[in-house]
Amino acid sequence: MMKDRLWWRHLIGLAALVFALVPILFLVSAALNPVGTLSTTSLIPTGASLSNFSKLFHDPNSPYVRWYVNTLVICGVSAVLNVLIGVSGAYAFSRLRFRGRRPGLTGILLVQMFPNFISLTALYLTFISIGDVLPAAGLNTSLGLILVYLGGAMGVNTWLLKGYLDTIPKELDEAARIDGATENQVFFRVILPLAVPMLVVVGLFSFVSFLNEILLAGVFLTDTTHKTLAVGLYGLVSGNHNTDYGEFAAGSLLAGVPVVLIYLYLQKYLVKGLTAGAVKG
Amino acid sequence: MTASPSERLARLSWPRVVFVGLVAAFAVVTIPTLVDKHSWTGVTISVAVTAILAYVYLTPKRIAARFLVPGTILLLAFQVYPIGYTISTAFTNYGDGHRLTKTQAVAQIEADSVIEQPGAQRYELSVATKASDTSGAFVFFLTDPDGKVERGDASGLAPVPDAQVTKDQFTGKVITAQGWHILTGIQVNGLGPRLASFAVPTGTGFIKSVGLSEAYVGHFTMTYDASAQTMTDTRTHTVYKESGGEFKAADGSGKTLPIGWKIGVGFKNFTSVLTDAAIRGPFLRVLIWTIAFAILSVLTTFGLGLLLAVVMDHPRMRGRRLYSSLLLLPYAMPAFISTLVWSSMYNKDFGLLNKLFGTHIDWLGSPWAARGSVLLTNLWLGFPYMFLVCAGLLQAVPQELKEVAKVDGASPLRVFRSVTMPTVLIGAMPLLIASFGYNFNNFNVIRLLTDGGPYPSGSSTAGDTDILISYTYRLAFGGQGAQYGLASAISFLIFVLVGLISYTGFRQTRQLEEVYAR
Repeated sequence: MMKDRLWWRHLIGLAALVFALVPILFLVSAALNPVGTLSTTSLIPTGASLSNFSKLFHDPNSPYVRWYVNTLVICGVSAVLNVLIGVSGAYAFSRLRFRGRRPGLTGILLVQMFPNFISLTALYLTFISIGDVLPAAGLNTSLGLILVYLGGAMGVNTWLLKGYLDTIPKELDEAARIDGATENQVFFRVILPLAVPMLVVVGLFSFVSFLNEILLAGVFLTDTTHKTLAVGLYGLVSGNHNTDYGEFAAGSLLAGVPVVLIYLYLQKYLVKGLTAGAVKG
Repeated sequence: MTASPSERLARLSWPRVVFVGLVAAFAVVTIPTLVDKHSWTGVTISVAVTAILAYVYLTPKRIAARFLVPGTILLLAFQVYPIGYTISTAFTNYGDGHRLTKTQAVAQIEADSVIEQPGAQRYELSVATKASDTSGAFVFFLTDPDGKVERGDASGLAPVPDAQVTKDQFTGKVITAQGWHILTGIQVNGLGPRLASFAVPTGTGFIKSVGLSEAYVGHFTMTYDASAQTMTDTRTHTVYKESGGEFKAADGSGKTLPIGWKIGVGFKNFTSVLTDAAIRGPFLRVLIWTIAFAILSVLTTFGLGLLLAVVMDHPRMRGRRLYSSLLLLPYAMPAFISTLVWSSMYNKDFGLLNKLFGTHIDWLGSPWAARGSVLLTNLWLGFPYMFLVCAGLLQAVPQELKEVAKVDGASPLRVFRSVTMPTVLIGAMPLLIASFGYNFNNFNVIRLLTDGGPYPSGSSTAGDTDILISYTYRLAFGGQGAQYGLASAISFLIFVLVGLISYTGFRQTRQLEEVYAR
């Protein structure tokens, strides 16, 4: 009797799959469609060619490769430093005892409630003055944007990673200390290797959140050659929705597929990271 | 256990020494520029940061600080300071037309008003800078009709001996000058408005450029009386009095000069949000939609996620792993790409949705359809996350409790409501609050789908789908002219709202935990 009651579960599941997959199918179809306009794109590809991809690499108005490199540099450097700063903070809060530890932890949580992009105006004005003195870190530079992104490095990540470090038995680092390891050695040789799975997850989340960031990147990077993928691809479709669509779709696939693959590969760890309180953003 | 200085030095690990060295080198490079620009705050910060880093990394104590200082400095510089700056800007009229200090504004108005006297002499002009690019301050090299060369900057003219320059043999224009870099025509052209508002005072008049290689002697038509603090137009004899950060005509005509300056305006920005009907109306509309959008986003994504998790949560359900891998895809796809794809699917003329359903709905162009579209897209972006979370939390529901309830004759719905739901809610509550906070400021989905639109007639700053953050963004960076003061005031209100919401939210969670604790 119970057996024949599973079908409705599959029905709901399949309906959800259709909802989930239609936009992705549409994107793939648009990328392969040789005509490359929005009006001729349908859900099922009508033809297949790589012309959109080759156009993407030869269109002088959209230096796609530059955008890709910019994105990898900005998001990669930001994510790595973000995790390093986060885990250093977490280590101090988890293992060391010092004055101001508790207020420090509370303070971080408090400041984190006000994400830096709300102070966009102030950041913009600040970086105008920084650019006056140090053009390499002003507006329209990767370095400037990375610095802004790192402002939040000592935040949620510190809390998240502290929670993880607290689960690593203290006996391990105490043993290392007794054997004469310095604080640096304990951190780099004992704690960091043990925290790698969590560091990877946090790093990936940071990378993706920087990848998706358009508010600060849009205001900070206005030169075509300095743009990131998010800002650049938005420009490809925002002005005219129809003609450059194939190029946009091809560019989006090239940007999105690697991330999707990494997510699928790390699925197991991601679920743990998710329930630990990370919100996609 | 005291170590001698040399022992201590030997114990210093080289990465720390190299790091401090780099920081110090950086300070040495930057400080002269800062001094050059009279940026004393900059000098103070630079010295303080270098000193703190040197102390923390070179002393054997302060081990915790070594791990905390870099992150803390970045946090202070790019998160805490901007919040403070935002709050202080909220009390000013800073924005287009009010960017300068008063002294700068007065000088600018006077320089802009210089006109050429009929029949006055002209100079051959070369523009030069100290550096080889055009970013720094520039000076004028002026050759008068007798071939005498003078150098002019904002403080006046100074004679230049012939030995220090070479001149064009026909025009007398300076071609090279010792210690200076003469700009090319293209570079001079690129100076644009900076050149147009530059005037060299001569005592009796002012020298301004005309074209790229000539300059004339002119006179101010606007003069500032520092004791009366008035600006007088010498041609029309209109007197302008300062009022609220700008010059207003004293004759009551209501005319104001285009260049004003930054002043503190107290709570004016805040009170105008509350009392000025033109700002209050849109603000309240935006505020209500922001809250509705955030609540509905959380409810829909959580609802669908939970439904799917419950549906999949059956011991004999096959293909669960495949389902969850495929349902993860919307979450794994970078959100900016998906949102742009959705925005094209909503296209009224060519969009997939209208094509599939044979409809002609203006998805993003009519207020309610646009709000629905934004929510639908956000549901698509967010439900996989909630699904994964709920699937994880369902594992934690005590099976014995479910069995006991069933034995007692409870219907499956009753079991779900009284046993499953409370356990899931306790686990999910912090995430739901975080998700609410995130959507409260979810700029991306609004910006990439509707850009706040459609706009109701008569309002070009606040659209029907604008949330507070996108509204603030438009006030500060929209085409209407920057209103940094007002934008900062609204940012400040967002701070307060987010703070209140998080606070009550977390209190609520704690109460929930206490209720269900036993």
